[in-house]
Amino acid sequence: MPDASIAAHSGSFSVAVTGSGGSGAVTTGLILLEAAAHAGYFGMLSRSAGPQIRGGESAAMLRLGPAPLACMDDRFDLLVGLDWLNIARFIDEIPLDRDSLVLADPAAGTVPAVLTQSGARVREVPFKELAGSVADGRANMVALGALAAAGGFPQDALLAGLNAVLAGKGDRVRQASSQCLTLGYEQGIETLPRAAGAARHPVARWNISGNEACGLGALRGGIRFVAAYPITPASEILEWLAPRLEQVGGSLLQAEDELASINMIIGASFGGVPALTATSGPGLSLMTEGLGLAVASETPLTVIDVMRGGPSTGIPTKSEQVDLNIALYGLHGDAPHLVLAPLTISDCVFTTQWAVQLAEHLQTVAVVLSDQLLGQSRTISPPPPNLELPLVRRTLDTPDETYRRYAPSADGVSPMTVPGTPHGMYTADGLEHNQRGTPSSRASDHLEHLDKRLHKITAHDFGAHWAEMSGDGEIALLTWGSSSGAVREAAARLEAAGASVRVVALRLLMPLQSDALRDALAGCSRVWVIEQNHGRQLFHYLKSFDALPSDAHSLARPGPLPLRPGDIVAALTEEA
Amino acid sequence: MNAPATTPALRAKDYKSDIKPIWCPGCGHFAVLAAATKALAHLGLPKEQVALISGIGCSSRLPAYIDSYGFHGVHGRALAVAAGLKTARPDLTVLIAGGDGDGFSIGGNHFLHACRRNMDMTYIVMDNEVYGMTKGQASPTTAPEWTHSKMTPHGTGMRRFQPAAMALAAGATWIARGFSGDPSELTRLLVEAIQHPGFSLLHVLSPCQTFRPEQKQWKEQVHPFADSNTGDPVAAAQRIHADDGMALGLIYANHLPVWQPRNQATSSIAALEEEFRV
Repeated sequence: MPDASIAAHSGSFSVAVTGSGGSGAVTTGLILLEAAAHAGYFGMLSRSAGPQIRGGESAAMLRLGPAPLACMDDRFDLLVGLDWLNIARFIDEIPLDRDSLVLADPAAGTVPAVLTQSGARVREVPFKELAGSVADGRANMVALGALAAAGGFPQDALLAGLNAVLAGKGDRVRQASSQCLTLGYEQGIETLPRAAGAARHPVARWNISGNEACGLGALRGGIRFVAAYPITPASEILEWLAPRLEQVGGSLLQAEDELASINMIIGASFGGVPALTATSGPGLSLMTEGLGLAVASETPLTVIDVMRGGPSTGIPTKSEQVDLNIALYGLHGDAPHLVLAPLTISDCVFTTQWAVQLAEHLQTVAVVLSDQLLGQSRTISPPPPNLELPLVRRTLDTPDETYRRYAPSADGVSPMTVPGTPHGMYTADGLEHNQRGTPSSRASDHLEHLDKRLHKITAHDFGAHWAEMSGDGEIALLTWGSSSGAVREAAARLEAAGASVRVVALRLLMPLQSDALRDALAGCSRVWVIEQNHGRQLFHYLKSFDALPSDAHSLARPGPLPLRPGDIVAALTEEA
Repeated sequence: MNAPATTPALRAKDYKSDIKPIWCPGCGHFAVLAAATKALAHLGLPKEQVALISGIGCSSRLPAYIDSYGFHGVHGRALAVAAGLKTARPDLTVLIAGGDGDGFSIGGNHFLHACRRNMDMTYIVMDNEVYGMTKGQASPTTAPEWTHSKMTPHGTGMRRFQPAAMALAAGATWIARGFSGDPSELTRLLVEAIQHPGFSLLHVLSPCQTFRPEQKQWKEQVHPFADSNTGDPVAAAQRIHADDGMALGLIYANHLPVWQPRNQATSSIAALEEEFRV
């Protein structure tokens, strides 16, 4: 295999801002991202936080460039340290090298050896002292000015970003912040060679997080009721949705626990209102009994799981693709359902919308596996396409006395009546039932309805959305969900180095599109299954369906470190 | 409250489904079923405007026996299903039926929060102080010295759960105790419970003939509350705690804000998306 290790993505610029929780590191990053957007860049921001709300560690990590970006780079050009109190906790997440620059405040003490060992240069800027010269001045805003100069970002874009992010803070704060920013900008810091430079792109772009994108996808899919219990890193979906659901005529109910939230959305959906909940791994575990009830009673609903490190409380603030197994297999009984995973931050919009509409159309459960990396990161990218999907719940408005809720049909989907519809009365039941819905333990009723609930899902034509594919090379990189970004960039680097690669990124995991997958892998000399977990969950799932060649390779890395394109290139190069 | 039924007026038997109950002969729940159909007929509620929600247990089988919309869910979660339904569909009359194990043990947390949410719904708990469907284990309302379950051969040794006291403390706005041996009074209480705007708990003493045959004596032990409801939670608490658990009638009724979102759109999704545009 050709050596692609040095063919790093050119033209992008990566910067990290670190500090203790409450130091303003994330705000600094958010302003820079907005500023870069104003200056015409694409990019993304991911965040790293400790479990503490204040006084822990926090970092904003950005990658900016002239074209859309789907993952973080292998290294950082610039690190801005607001203080060094907890740097050891997350330095692994910010690889530096000889070409990197560290901007440091001498008042924060000596730059720790863990940073200087990388060979990175250090440039001191007295953030705190300079901020002290401005009434209500803040050190992080001085640092923002300094990093903007080092990164080659135009000052007017920075001010626009600042005014946008601090819009709610009042004139006084914005004025002090822009004075500090200017002070930092004027410290005579040389612009780095890899700096982004001025780039004006007139194309439309959005600044959106994965959690907001899931919320928007839910609304576009028709969700008008949400019940949920707070959990990191899913809460932002709920916080974004609560006021906006109200604006579009829906509502959010904060439940007493996840057992309640799943059953509340079952109730609302039974009432004819498309319903959703969002949670993370431990919450999904609590919900699985309810998911079985929704499958058995054929009540449509959608659950978004923003995955985090596990098991148990695990690493709740960091990303890991670890809930595939429970999403696939966690339900009791034979309970066919849908499992999907968004591939990028902005794809959270489409994948959630598709999941909701599939659940409605097929009267079943859809689980959407987002994760902390997608959910709490922001992207500057082209607006996600707004697709009209012809998938709606089949209802019956004028049933007669012979109505049977679970009557057989060619595609296995039976029209539902909604409470309030005369002559459509039925009792939805978690007990096995006959076509009317009357409880039944007869073998024939059980088999008929097991078949029905499976058939309606497997017989559905999912079209081309089941995966995103690129390239036609003989080495296949097969992945799912959030790992897709790093895999796509690794593929690009390998191609640039002369390898022949294709990428298959799975959006629909259950039901597995085995035949389409075999076609997609036809002619490959080597298949790599790439995912961010320890248990090779996707690899084993695909094996169980005999969907992989017998010599397929698994590349599985657990969190909390993000899967980087360079790691993938290195692993593949080593094996070749 | 919904509009009166169209003519001809529905009678109690019109609300009965054609499904035969699985209950044992002599089960107290038959009287609750009868009271429910009579109350619905008295109120003239259109069948399709009523949703009856339940969990798991003998009493939770009730929805299938009434000709309305119903949801027979999983153990302990009926109040959560009902809360979601009522939030999304405030136009429906939402009733919840269940037993002492379903409501006070596995569903205990939902019971507390349903009380404090004070949504407009009616919770009928058929209390027979035993898990009947799993063949006779102690429930939260079983007396501590009851030794007839193999699972608790020395009795539970724990004090009994006090449904009315818990409901009052948690914020329920209408609480009463009925008895399946007094069906006409039970019907009257159920009508009042449904009419109450807010969360109403109708705690029904409903004997189990199979696992608690001694409950046949309940008809000699029940008695009316000595004084009447005042709407004062302090007086209601005193009434509950001074009682032997067999007093019947209204315990507490109060009008407090009902939780119910309006579900009226003021904007469009397209307008919301503007926040993301750079």
